[in-house]
Amino acid sequence: MKAIEHTRRDTLKCLAAGSVGTLFAFSAGVFIPIDLARAASPDDADAGRAVFSFVQISDSHIGFKGEANPGVPATVAQSIDLVNALPIRPSLVIHTGDITHLSKPDEFDFANQLFSGLRVAELHTVPGEHDVIDGPGKEYFARFGKPSDGRGYYSFDSGGVHFVALINVMNFKASGLGALGNDQLTWLENDLQQHSSSTPIVVFAHMPLWSVYDAWGWGTGDADQAMSLLRRFGSVTVLNGHIHQIVRKVEGNVTFHTARSMAYPQPRGGDGPGPGPLKVAPELLPKLLGITSVRFVAGTGSVSLDDNSLA
Amino acid sequence: MRRAGGQRQTLGPIANFPLANMRNSVTYRRISVALTCVFLATCPVMGESAGRNTITIRNFTFSPNSLTISAGAAVTWKNLDGEPHTVGSDQGLFRSEALDEGDSYTFKFDKAGAYRFICSIHPTMSGTIVVK
Repeated sequence: MKAIEHTRRDTLKCLAAGSVGTLFAFSAGVFIPIDLARAASPDDADAGRAVFSFVQISDSHIGFKGEANPGVPATVAQSIDLVNALPIRPSLVIHTGDITHLSKPDEFDFANQLFSGLRVAELHTVPGEHDVIDGPGKEYFARFGKPSDGRGYYSFDSGGVHFVALINVMNFKASGLGALGNDQLTWLENDLQQHSSSTPIVVFAHMPLWSVYDAWGWGTGDADQAMSLLRRFGSVTVLNGHIHQIVRKVEGNVTFHTARSMAYPQPRGGDGPGPGPLKVAPELLPKLLGITSVRFVAGTGSVSLDDNSLA
Repeated sequence: MRRAGGQRQTLGPIANFPLANMRNSVTYRRISVALTCVFLATCPVMGESAGRNTITIRNFTFSPNSLTISAGAAVTWKNLDGEPHTVGSDQGLFRSEALDEGDSYTFKFDKAGAYRFICSIHPTMSGTIVVK
C-alpha cells in the first residue's frame, strides 16, 4: 500500500506501469483513474457518504509445488497480511476459486487454516476447476457447499450491494470454455427479478464471464445469457480469477475485472504453447501476485477497484 | 549411482586444476561417466517416449494422441506439464485422479474397440486408443 501516499502524477505513472496500487474508478460506465491519496482518505473525499468495501482474493492453488512458485503458502499468507493491512477494513472477502491445486482434503484443510488469519467477518467462495478436479467436487462442497445447498451458485446482500456467486467449472463443453447451464441461468433470472435496477450488483465466478481468450478456454460459453439478464442494472461489477493476471473491460454499466493469483502468474492469452504456470525471475514474482479491493460509495453509483500486488 | 557419489567427492579439488592436465586422468574419465549417468537418469522424457504404450502430456497436448494396441495391453499416460490434467474416457469407462506434474496413470484395455479420452478440465485435449 505504499502507493497511497503518491501524488496524482505518481498515480498516473503507476497506472501506466500497472504496478502496486493500481486504482481505477468506474462511474456510469466511464473509466477514470482516481487519485490514490484521495481514495485512501474517504472521509475527506466522499464528504460523509458511507463507504462499503470488500476484497477479492483468488487462485491460492494450495498444494502447488512447481518451480513457478515453490513457496505458495508464504505468498498466500502475505496476501492475507495485505488484506488485513488495508486502510479501510473490508466488510467481506470473496475467493474466486482454485482454492486448492488438486482438490485434496489436506490442501483444503491447509487453505482453511491460512484463511482463518483473515481479519474479516465473512469469506464467500466459488470453486475453480482445480477445486472440483474429481468431477463432483466432493471435498469442496463438503466444506464450502452450505450457502449454495451443494449447487455452487447462491446470492447474498451486504452494504446495499447484491452479490451473486456463479459456478462455471463443472461440465465443461468440448470447446474448453466454462459453462453455467440452464438450471443456473433460470435461478439467476429469478434471483435478479427480486431486485430493482438501481441495486448495485456484484457477480463473481472463477472463469471469466467474458471472452478473454477462447482458444485457451478463457471464457464461458453461455455467459451472454447471464449478461443479458444483468444489462438493466445501473451498476454491475463482474469479478473472476482463473487467468492469474489483471484484465479489465468496461461495457456500458458493466465492469469486468480479473484478479491476480496469490500463487503464480500465467502468460498472457496466446503467449506460448498453453496457459500453464509461468516462471518469472524471483524478484518479479511478488509484483505479479496480489489481491483486489473494491469500494462502493453510497449514493454515487460508483465503484472503484484497486489491485494491490505483494511488492 | 555410486559413481555420482564419487563425482561429488572429487569435483572440488579437481575443479582447481587446468582442464588440459585432466584429459587423460582416471578421475576425468570417471567424471565423464558419472555425468553421462546423471544426464540419462534425469532425462525421463527420452526414457518415457521410448516406452511402450506411453502417452505423454505436454503443453496441453496428448502425444501421441492416437495409439493402436492389442486387447489385454495397458496404456500409461504421464503428465509433464506444470498444470495438472486428468485422463478420462468420454464414455465413462475409466478416469484418472488429478495428475500433477510427473504423475502417471495406467489403464488396461481388455476389449477391442475405439476409446476416445479427454482431460476433463481441459476438454480441448483429446485422443483415441484403438484396441484390436
